[in-house]
Amino acid sequence: MPALLNLEKVEVRYGGIRAVKGIDLTVNEGEMACIVGANGAGKTTTLKAVAGLLEPAAGSITYAGKSIAGVRSFALVRQGLALVPEGRGVFGQLTVAENLAMGAYVRDDEHAVAEDRERMLGLFPRLKERYQQSAGTMSGGEQQMLAIARALMSRPRLLLLDEPSMGLAPLIVEKIFETIAAVARTGVTILLVEQNARMALETCQRAYVMESGEITLTGPARDLLDDPQVRAAYLGE
Amino acid sequence: MTATRDPRGPLAIAGLVLVAAALLALPFALAQVGTAWVRITNLALLFALLALGLNIVVGFAGLLDLGYIAFYGVGAYVWAMLASPHFNIHLPFWVILPIGALAACIFGVLLGAPTLKLRGDYLAIVTLGFGEIVRIFLNNLSRPVNITNGPQGISRIDPVRIGELDFSTTSKFAGLAFSGPIKYYYLLLLFLVVVLIVNMRLQDSRIGRAWQAIREDEIAARAMGINTTSVKLLAFAMGASFGGIAGGMFASMQSFISPESFILVESVMVLAMVVLGGMGNIWGVVLGAVLLTFVPEILRYTVEPLQKAAFGRMIIEPEVIRMLLFGLALVLMMLFRPSGILPASVRRRG
Repeated sequence: MPALLNLEKVEVRYGGIRAVKGIDLTVNEGEMACIVGANGAGKTTTLKAVAGLLEPAAGSITYAGKSIAGVRSFALVRQGLALVPEGRGVFGQLTVAENLAMGAYVRDDEHAVAEDRERMLGLFPRLKERYQQSAGTMSGGEQQMLAIARALMSRPRLLLLDEPSMGLAPLIVEKIFETIAAVARTGVTILLVEQNARMALETCQRAYVMESGEITLTGPARDLLDDPQVRAAYLGE
Repeated sequence: MTATRDPRGPLAIAGLVLVAAALLALPFALAQVGTAWVRITNLALLFALLALGLNIVVGFAGLLDLGYIAFYGVGAYVWAMLASPHFNIHLPFWVILPIGALAACIFGVLLGAPTLKLRGDYLAIVTLGFGEIVRIFLNNLSRPVNITNGPQGISRIDPVRIGELDFSTTSKFAGLAFSGPIKYYYLLLLFLVVVLIVNMRLQDSRIGRAWQAIREDEIAARAMGINTTSVKLLAFAMGASFGGIAGGMFASMQSFISPESFILVESVMVLAMVVLGGMGNIWGVVLGAVLLTFVPEILRYTVEPLQKAAFGRMIIEPEVIRMLLFGLALVLMMLFRPSGILPASVRRRG
């Protein structure tokens, strides 16, 4: 399988602090990969660098064969790279309908956008019920679904998800991950960042473990689930 | 709310015609009470223009601007310098107004560019500083080269002239006497209608939605593919242009301007109009401007007779109690209707 996303020796700094210390990471076309790790390990920073929200201090980021290090996020969306931000980031005062319309901001093929909107409402029936409600009044789980649906409205090739389980009840988390897996089956490549290591490792095919800005372990997610080190550090055993 | 504003309903059309007729007749009715009231109405229209401009920046894009009056000042000074004996230039209004709007627009970008990364309180402080800088420049640009005439201000500014029609004198049409303020009323009303239409179109446009997205969550907005840099600059530039146009009208109406007209309190006042009326709601903002212009004036004329009627004599000076009551009204308003008289969510289409 060809690599859709490739990071080489990527380093990201906040002023003098090196939050990401030269990591290598690959996501292949059509797969579901995840980065797991504790709070402050540099997972979100890595994702932000990929999404163009932060500029890497060093290293290269290649997406679909082109270097995208330092390319601004709004331009990346047009190239099929969509981010579901940490904490969901729905537009609270806008309705569900308007949020979905914002997701298709870069598209002008109205007909196809309308089709995609119907598809999203099929995939997330809850959003159909809440269609004219302002997004801020919905529950956390519903907002997360809206955030994912909104990102999908840009017809991404690569979907970046930042902590989709954050602040949600375990049952809802399971549902969200089922949905993410369903999205992956439609052919969207996914890179997921998660503190909930068990959920992420059970859903994804390949995983990276990050610790204070470095990748300490990598391999098929199944293997990592059985790794005694991972079990001790991240699965609470 | 939405039903009566539906442009297709026959009732709505009848209502619109009625409102239009009332607005056209209004200055003559007010002139019966006193020309002062026509002038106050003109001031309200001017503030409505300003508030609509500021609403783009604060209401739509969510960027708190405490120096907005600077753009009003720039527009006013451009008019004053290009249409007065000060430089002995007397350009026609259709030349000056676009220049004033453009100058204000450039100042808007000047303010916007360095503050792109700031939000909320931090942005408020920078914009406050910006407003003060502009005012202090206006106050001091009289030496070594006299540009603004310093604190004395610029006087004998030309009124609007369209062909033979002079807006500073009374003229007669069809047996009706159109005084200067009445003519300005119609001109300002025309401007207001245009700016209202522009605002309404903006609100539901792609760019309007991008502003709202930035207001709600900037990171998410960027993740949607919105070029937040240019979209924010556009908000500053557009808001400033409206301010510039209002400033030009102000200069021509008053025929005299000085830096004192563009102090911080004025910025705060316009912001209060936007917040009180309902941030992000076009009709709310207009209502806020009208109320905040009229209420202090009405109090000015009613406080004295009311006290005499109640106590037989005057206890508190009108000037003192006027602002006291006004402040109290603002506080109560924000306590009981924190999102304004007409909150932005009212516009939501069902």
